[in-house]
Amino acid sequence: MNRRDILRRTAAASLLAVPATGLLTGCALGGGDDNSGGESLEGTKSEQNPLGVKEDAPLEVVIFNGGFGEEYAKAHEAMYTAKYPKATIKHSATQEINKTLQPRFVDGTPPDVVNNSGAGQIDFNGLVSQGAIADLGELLDAPSLDVPGKKVRDTLLPGVVDVGSYDGKFLVLSYAYTAYGIWYSTKLFTDRGWQYPKTWDDHIALCRQIKAAGIAPWTYAGKHPRYMSWPVISTAIKFGGPDVAKAIDNLEPNAWKSEAMKAAADAWYQIVKDGFIMPGSPGLDHVQSQTEWCRGKAAFISCGSWLESEQAKVTPAGFNMSVAPTPSLGTGDKLPFEAMRGTAGEPFMVPAKAKNRAGGLEYLRTMLSMQGAQDFTRKVSSLTVVAGSTQGIDLPFGLSTVVKALDASGSNGFNWVYNNFYRKLERELVDAACGEFFSGRTTPAEFLDQCQKGADQIAGDSSIKKYKRQ
Amino acid sequence: MKHGKYPLIITFLVPPLLLYGIFVLSPYLQAFQISTTNWLGYSATADYVGLENFGNLLRDGALWNAVKNNLILLVLLPVLTIALGLFFSSMLNMGGRRGTAGVVGVRGSGAYKLVYFFPQVLSVVIIALLWKEVYHPNNGLLNATLRAVGLPAPTWLGDPRTAFWAVLAVMVWANVGFYVVLFGAAMQAIPKDIYEAVMLDGASRWTTLTKVTIPLLWDTVQVAWIYLAIAALDGFILIQQMTDGGPNHSSDVIGLRMYNTAFGSETKFGYASAIGVVMFFLTLSVAVLALRASRRDRIEYS
Repeated sequence: MNRRDILRRTAAASLLAVPATGLLTGCALGGGDDNSGGESLEGTKSEQNPLGVKEDAPLEVVIFNGGFGEEYAKAHEAMYTAKYPKATIKHSATQEINKTLQPRFVDGTPPDVVNNSGAGQIDFNGLVSQGAIADLGELLDAPSLDVPGKKVRDTLLPGVVDVGSYDGKFLVLSYAYTAYGIWYSTKLFTDRGWQYPKTWDDHIALCRQIKAAGIAPWTYAGKHPRYMSWPVISTAIKFGGPDVAKAIDNLEPNAWKSEAMKAAADAWYQIVKDGFIMPGSPGLDHVQSQTEWCRGKAAFISCGSWLESEQAKVTPAGFNMSVAPTPSLGTGDKLPFEAMRGTAGEPFMVPAKAKNRAGGLEYLRTMLSMQGAQDFTRKVSSLTVVAGSTQGIDLPFGLSTVVKALDASGSNGFNWVYNNFYRKLERELVDAACGEFFSGRTTPAEFLDQCQKGADQIAGDSSIKKYKRQ
Repeated sequence: MKHGKYPLIITFLVPPLLLYGIFVLSPYLQAFQISTTNWLGYSATADYVGLENFGNLLRDGALWNAVKNNLILLVLLPVLTIALGLFFSSMLNMGGRRGTAGVVGVRGSGAYKLVYFFPQVLSVVIIALLWKEVYHPNNGLLNATLRAVGLPAPTWLGDPRTAFWAVLAVMVWANVGFYVVLFGAAMQAIPKDIYEAVMLDGASRWTTLTKVTIPLLWDTVQVAWIYLAIAALDGFILIQQMTDGGPNHSSDVIGLRMYNTAFGSETKFGYASAIGVVMFFLTLSVAVLALRASRRDRIEYS
């Protein structure tokens, strides 16, 4: 190769490089903050159309294709087009909400409605702090679609607005109402003549009895041990009142080491110490542990009310799973035995830069109509956040116990939201601490220390926006 | 021919170079740029923060824990895989000693070859799911076998003392088949008369392997070393599927840290990119070091 050849080739190579550098300038980060995507299609507001929907504006809906599937959403979309026949709806369903939608948020062209849920959920802390989600306040004050004389706000169960609010702004509509409690098989318990224990001492006594009968009293999702943080925190809240949770949510110093948390951790340590947990549980994931439980290898498991549909395929006939609140620690508890954690899950949001923002809000209003809610409950066997929407619907056994338990819990119901505010704290840090604690490698004090260290890490991280629970 | 050369070359070169530029080089360069920002991934704006992310990296205990695990992988994965690969392929290709002068593998080597290569045709996710069930503490194949012979049955993936090693074993299992075939092919290229001469001198299998086969295979071993070193710095899919870094971060790796920082439990794309940049340099230097360290004179058969 002579020198001229080399020169010529270099020239050719640099020619090739030119288009590549051009591409480089406008990629992942986009080109600055232009609001071109923020222009929203709007119609005129009227009594019939309180949100100002442009009737022929197309609407794009992205659904998380998880336990609930996507059929329920297609039904909601049909209700929307029934009202706005000129509108076309682009529907898609995915399990990877974050990877699918991240570039579109950056680009300023997000869909109009996003069901941000599942393992691929986008962390709400990041979304909210970047102003990526539209305020849903207008939706709350709009009249309900088919409950006469009521605003949307007044049709919702208590706590729904609280759980979707960030610094007082209602940004996220969580659609499915979920109860968190302890599950057992009614059949197993009647066969053996066991009674669900209302106090901690009875619980321990029953565990001893169950173990003697050759069944493991407890199992849990060892790979996702945060499932066990739910009964521990619930026990603490029932012992010390709802402020226990508020302190945790607001990352107050030593919130995890409060007296109530100590009492709860000490109590729960007994099921570890006395070997009431099924051997091998730390190596099981949620499905594996729930399946062992369905096979009658363990008596109790901690889960949310999605358990029944998640386990539908492997639950034996007549198993009749029931949910119950955590046992009371003693007579000094601030909340009665019936109090349990009920909260809204399955989050929906309208991106701030959605083209058809009004349509997105209207879609949510359709979901929150009595018709939309009842259809959801019928299709996926889950409760919605719309009050009274289960009336006249035949519920499966487990779900009917959820309704009963929530009714009994009533105004004593409680909740916490740190898992929404700081996803990492629950998913990674408290999760790891629970794993150590429930496999017997740490003491209650070490467990709470580890949780507190996680909370302090979040509190001290200036790149994470802090929210205050009101 | 001479005149039409450049148009021809350019037509064939432009599309692949363009694709490479867009899908490989440009993301790399962008990662460098993003790693100097505090980008949170869901807006078009990000502030330049200089080297702050890299400063935070140094103080990030969770990341160092992951780096430590990757370094253990870096040492053990190549050593174990290459040792097993060499052993298997030499048994398959020249382990047989049936009296005659021919150099052949042990009986049934065809079937073994097939079995060793099996994991290679499975997708990594399937391998992960398969082994998750094998390691199932109560119903898994492994613990059922252990119990049957009266040994204690640990909770493999649920115990921080065993989880990481259990995944390492799967990594070796999943990789070894490929290297058996790779080394086997290289062994076929070694002239048979060398082995015949060695056997006439009465060398044992072990001497044959260490004094003849490995020196003659050195180039291939070197390539294997680099591949495996790069694989060891990754390990993301198996870890994420089998343990998700747990229990208590005992099986965490850098790739998983990066993924969780951007997509999992946070949306810190700037910080995740900084982790990616560190990983890039780590991989690059490992590859260079491996090449340097294993450089030897090349043997050519005449």
